[in-house]
Amino acid sequence: MSQSNRINGGLIDRSQTWDFTFNGKKMQGHPGDTLASALIANGQKLVGRSFKYHRPRGIFTAGSEEPNALVQLRAGAHQEPNTRATVAELFDGLTATSQNHRGPLEYDFMAVTDFLSPFLSAGFYYKTFMWPKAFWEKIYEPIIRSSAGLGSLSMKEDPDSYDKGFLHCDLLVIGAGPSGLSAALTAARSGARVILADEDFRPGGRLNSETLEVDGMSGSDWAAHTVAELSAMDNVRLMTRTTVYGAYDHGTYGALEKCTDHLASSGGKPRQILWRIYSKRAVLAAGATERPIAFGNNDRPGVMMASAVRTYVNRFGATPGQQVAVFTNNDDGWRTAKDLADKGVEVNAVIDTRNQPPVIEIPGARYHRDAKVRDTIGRKGIKAITLADDQVIPVDCLAVSGGWNPNVHLTCHQRGRPEWRDDINAFVPGGVLPVGMTVAGAANGQLSLASALQEGHDQAAAQLKDIGIKVAKAKLPQAEDEARESVAFWHVKESDKRAWVDLQNDVTVKDVKLANHEGFRSVELLKRYTTMGMATDQGKTSNISGLAILAEEAGKTIPEVGTTIFRPPYTPVPMGALGGRARGKDFRPYRLTPSHKWAEANGGSFVTVGNWMRAEWYTRGNEKGWRDSVDREVQMTRNSVGICDVTTLGKIDVQGKDAAAFLNKVYANGFAKLDVGKVRYGIMLREDGICYDDGTTARMSENHYVMTTTTANAVLVFRRMEFARQCLWPNMDVHLISTTDGWAQFAVAGPNARNLLRKVVDDEHDMSNEAFPFMACGEVTICGGMPARLFRISFSGELAYEIAVPARYGNSMMSVLNEAGAEFDACPYGTEALGVMRIEKGHAAGNELNGQTTAHNLGMGRMVSQKKECIGNVLSQRPELVRDDAIKLMGFKPVNPETKLIAGSHFINKGAEANMDNDQGWMTSVAYSPILGHSIGLGFIKSGDTRKGEIVRAVSPLHGTEMEVEICSAHFIDPEGERLRA
Amino acid sequence: MIINHPILGPRDAAEFVCLGDACMIDRPDWEAEDAMQQFHEYGYLRDNPAGQHQELWYHEQGDRSWLVLTRNTLTHEITKVEMARDVARSRGRDK
Repeated sequence: MSQSNRINGGLIDRSQTWDFTFNGKKMQGHPGDTLASALIANGQKLVGRSFKYHRPRGIFTAGSEEPNALVQLRAGAHQEPNTRATVAELFDGLTATSQNHRGPLEYDFMAVTDFLSPFLSAGFYYKTFMWPKAFWEKIYEPIIRSSAGLGSLSMKEDPDSYDKGFLHCDLLVIGAGPSGLSAALTAARSGARVILADEDFRPGGRLNSETLEVDGMSGSDWAAHTVAELSAMDNVRLMTRTTVYGAYDHGTYGALEKCTDHLASSGGKPRQILWRIYSKRAVLAAGATERPIAFGNNDRPGVMMASAVRTYVNRFGATPGQQVAVFTNNDDGWRTAKDLADKGVEVNAVIDTRNQPPVIEIPGARYHRDAKVRDTIGRKGIKAITLADDQVIPVDCLAVSGGWNPNVHLTCHQRGRPEWRDDINAFVPGGVLPVGMTVAGAANGQLSLASALQEGHDQAAAQLKDIGIKVAKAKLPQAEDEARESVAFWHVKESDKRAWVDLQNDVTVKDVKLANHEGFRSVELLKRYTTMGMATDQGKTSNISGLAILAEEAGKTIPEVGTTIFRPPYTPVPMGALGGRARGKDFRPYRLTPSHKWAEANGGSFVTVGNWMRAEWYTRGNEKGWRDSVDREVQMTRNSVGICDVTTLGKIDVQGKDAAAFLNKVYANGFAKLDVGKVRYGIMLREDGICYDDGTTARMSENHYVMTTTTANAVLVFRRMEFARQCLWPNMDVHLISTTDGWAQFAVAGPNARNLLRKVVDDEHDMSNEAFPFMACGEVTICGGMPARLFRISFSGELAYEIAVPARYGNSMMSVLNEAGAEFDACPYGTEALGVMRIEKGHAAGNELNGQTTAHNLGMGRMVSQKKECIGNVLSQRPELVRDDAIKLMGFKPVNPETKLIAGSHFINKGAEANMDNDQGWMTSVAYSPILGHSIGLGFIKSGDTRKGEIVRAVSPLHGTEMEVEICSAHFIDPEGERLRA
Repeated sequence: MIINHPILGPRDAAEFVCLGDACMIDRPDWEAEDAMQQFHEYGYLRDNPAGQHQELWYHEQGDRSWLVLTRNTLTHEITKVEMARDVARSRGRDK
């Protein structure tokens, strides 16, 4: 029965036939089909099971508002759940399967839930699964989740790629129906930069679905001509398959373009592009969505929106039935009957809720005036309908028309509130619209073709005028105004069977009434209690009917009840598109140190530090674990010399006549008197007196300083310093540049550091301890004339230097240093050895400068000057921050040297119970010291400076550990600093 | 949002970092009698107006200018954009 429901006409290419499968069944379709139209052409009525009751469901609409026909498209890693068959373009070889059933679609075992429906009314989760509480997470929820729900994920990585893009225009036209095309034409002919976006693959909107004429040709031909004209113009970007899903601030719009979804394979191109469109003005021409009428068993496969039936018949040449009845409360529904009859499809009844003469004579159809459909028969496909007067009419398709709802969604994204119009029984845009947006056509309540064309032109012209573009004169497209009368009619009261309001969430008229009865009378509460209007369709066919029924039940008017707030996105946006290229290793940018290549070639193992990839250690020979490498690196450095890439530390170049005065303000300690050629350690406070960052600053010349910050705070310190410079002391002559990426910098540390560097630094520079002592700095040349900067500073506690060269020489500098160091048995060391050595030396780092600690805590309280203006010094003196018994940074060693200390342990006095009241402080950093041969730690403990030698317990309830530790000096190595000054 | 930078023209808000209330410019005098109290208020107390608000934005992904925006927190309408340095000077800040 291939394409048994295919009829003549339509905008499909019959010269080509494509094969596709649905649930493994082979079917055929043509280019121009959607999956839904092809299923209809092949007579497939039943396409899925409903969310909650597993009711058999068919195709309900012909657009993105589809609540029922959700399928899984494609297979394997490409599998895409919850795809609306109505917007999925057919391609040769397409495979689709139905979802949300156990066993075959026709005999879903879970359909038993439908017979339990009396127990499953609105809010049944909340009422039923209250006891026992512990059962919710482990028993109830997993069962509900697996029985209710939609499609499933493949659980494989998405093999497609997604892009993001940015566009600019004078006028964005959203929707390429009659008003949108008219607006775009006016703007394009006036020379404006126009973007015309439409979710469909064929522009034209309802023009492609109707038999109306424009300028004496068929609507679809006029649309095609107009599109051809627009496409030929350089100032127009026509974006089909592109949904503008959100209206954001200041004329910015989000749009999703489906680039290759209509192809069997994306062929390496991005599957979808998420666009950010910057528009000066926008015309929303999003059209309108037809709404259903609720009556008993109105969810059977074969019950369909009347406008959708027209779309399938006129646009796709496929009829949803062979014996069709139309149920309407308005004139528009009659056109479905007429178009079907014109195509030779039998229409056996037109049922109009109004008591009036027929709108159009339909040959062969019996007219039932002032009549209603009460019930339907046929579980897996409609077989007959029962009217309120009990007449039974055999049908295989029922077209329902309840009137049209303007698509106001995007007008509400910036707090716009739709207004009710009694004359069309619908909400139209109201309140404050997004900046720069106007609305045209059906979206604005202009429901006839002629008025839509006119308003599209008018709104575009007004928008162009507003931004100073002269509107070109042109003849307006001509069309006739079609009959549009309607009445408000929402549901059939005579129905005693369940009447569905929201098909996607299985919400019935009874559920809406129950919600009102139980006190959920605000429309927002109704939505959350019944789940009406949630999920992939966001209630496009159900919201207005639901709130109309609520209004009726509560004895209010519809505008009194109001709508729920529409939020982006208009239609679902895949996570893949939102993520774009930011996934896997490209999730965020990463930065490589200048010596990265050298490190890779020399056993480097890397760790991410912020965005940086730093060498953590360098594995040599048959070292088995990281500790082998780290212990060796520490020992080799302390015994001879080690080399470490420290480029990642922030570097800020500070210049200007007021540079010294400026540094004096941003650092807590004094910098004004630092001599040229000297380096000083400095601490920065936050304004609240807490330590913020530390580092060294070198005075290279009278008005030129080079500051270093910690790696983590490089960006933030720079930001703060710009704030201080521009906002706090705006008249200072001082300028800042971040030079972190400009200079590659290496620490050369250990007793042989000077001997090594002597081989690299050019001979004319005196490197003796007298000429270049601890904390000296200067510009030098190396390797026969290359400029470099040399700083005699030490983080390791050894005789140490840092040497900086322009970043492009960083990799070769690393090999030069290591080659020069070969005779001293030099080794490169990574961040782990760096960490061990700084703990051995008792230097604070991120674990100690954690945003909770003060200079007083760190034992550097006296560095905070009270004799000058600087950030943070006033509040650093708050009584609580300078208490005598404040926590102090100390060293800790295990009483049993075999014990491994644990960072994060809290200190408890001997004999005291381990609870928060007895908390004495905590261990911040621990390491195994290969020099001392046991575990060591740094930490904060109350009055630590007076407690050296005391034994306390380090307790970690998290690890379930407890051990005795001795409080000691934080300087485990060389407490007198003799090595650094050697 | 689009921020109309006084030097660079309209720029996407994504290029900026927002610090908050422009009262951060009015840093108290550290030598005042009640400096501790003033700094406490400066550091901790902020108005949170629904409507017009002056706030500091930093063009971090741009020219590093600090700007003062006059922005309506309800509608996001930005009615004025100034260089923070000019605002600071006009409020009497010096060296």
